[in-house]
Amino acid sequence: MSDTDGRRWHDMGGLEAGPVRLEEHDYALWEKRVDALMVLATTKGLFTVDGLRRVIEDLGPDYYEKMSYYERWVHSVNQNLIEAGAYSLSELAGKMAEVKARGTTYGECALNELSSPCAGGRDD
Amino acid sequence: MPHDHHDHDHDTPHSHTGMSSSGHPYRQDQDEPLTYWQNMEIAVRELLIEKGITTELEVMRQIDQMDNRSPADGAKVVARAWSDTAFRARLLEDATTATREMGFDIGALQLIAVENTDSVHNVIVCTLCSCYPRNLLGLPPDWYKQRAYRSRVVKAPRKVLAEFGLVLPDDVTVRVHDSTADMRYIVIPARPAGTEGLSLAELEKLVSRDSMIGVALATAPE
Amino acid sequence: MTERVRVREMFPPGHIRTPFYLRGKTGEVERVLGPFGVPEQLAYGLTANREKLYRVRFTMREVWGEAAENPDDTLDAEIFAHWLIPAED
Repeated sequence: MSDTDGRRWHDMGGLEAGPVRLEEHDYALWEKRVDALMVLATTKGLFTVDGLRRVIEDLGPDYYEKMSYYERWVHSVNQNLIEAGAYSLSELAGKMAEVKARGTTYGECALNELSSPCAGGRDD
Repeated sequence: MPHDHHDHDHDTPHSHTGMSSSGHPYRQDQDEPLTYWQNMEIAVRELLIEKGITTELEVMRQIDQMDNRSPADGAKVVARAWSDTAFRARLLEDATTATREMGFDIGALQLIAVENTDSVHNVIVCTLCSCYPRNLLGLPPDWYKQRAYRSRVVKAPRKVLAEFGLVLPDDVTVRVHDSTADMRYIVIPARPAGTEGLSLAELEKLVSRDSMIGVALATAPE
Repeated sequence: MTERVRVREMFPPGHIRTPFYLRGKTGEVERVLGPFGVPEQLAYGLTANREKLYRVRFTMREVWGEAAENPDDTLDAEIFAHWLIPAED
């Protein structure tokens, strides 16, 4: 499969593949947050679901194997937000350095939390 | 300690860090070394909050909303369609409006309901990505997003369904629906025999997620 | 009366939502939806034209020929108007 015969890598209907692996997993918090950011950003009109797909498709087949589903998503959400002018590349670089400096695990580095998980819960 | 750290000692209500709605633990990613892509998620989220584009509360509510969506919602739609012929007709005519009428918040989702009968079996796929009626059924199973399912079900649906344990007779027509654009699909499985006296709540229990994707039938009552 | 349409055989390199395996294939319009924004423009942040979206039903015989698992089974997909031409019967 190549991008020069008119069939792009993600356009896989009808190709040979092995048996379906009936696997499932529950989504991690960071994955749910990526999903939420995508829904919020598209609802607010910063980009579209087609923009999300376009950047993932442009990653090419290698990255489909190398990156997990929500890794591809966060890459694409970020790329689309940069294109939409939501923030600049240098702002992103600064923020990523700041986040990394906070600790070693996702839990330590994701500081931005409401003080109480119940604050402003969905009932109000 | 940040709220998002996996904390086994506190069972906080509304926390997203404990057990999932399906009763499984989330993957322990928050206790493992920060990955590049997790770093990017945190950075993007904080930048969007600093810029006033979203708020922490909005992100949390969005996650809550998705956590609250599950195949149980779709099962309610199916059970009602089995029990209420006027609703069934409205659902097949315009599933977007009919599901909203039942009070489900399906957002901007455009929905088509396809009905299994004695002579037709429907199955749903998205060959180009992973389109799924997520605002009604929650997030899709992993296999729905796999290359194997996406590639093969449009060409050899019977073989793929057999891998799910569903063998269809030759006189049943298989209709595969590829969600290529703006519509999302829900299969209304055939109502099993021997369910005449059952209540809506009892009928809902017979309707699995997989039966609404079309890779299974509704369960026969015991 | 059912309308028969043929999917155009175009192979542009960008973001499109017409599957490769249906290009050049002929089917019947199952229903007409929309209009919806055109993905080829939406994907690039452009102001999108709004077009009708056709649900087209193909037989497996038409899509896969001899390789069809069961020729009378069907495949439905949503195809935007600019990807369709009237079928010559």
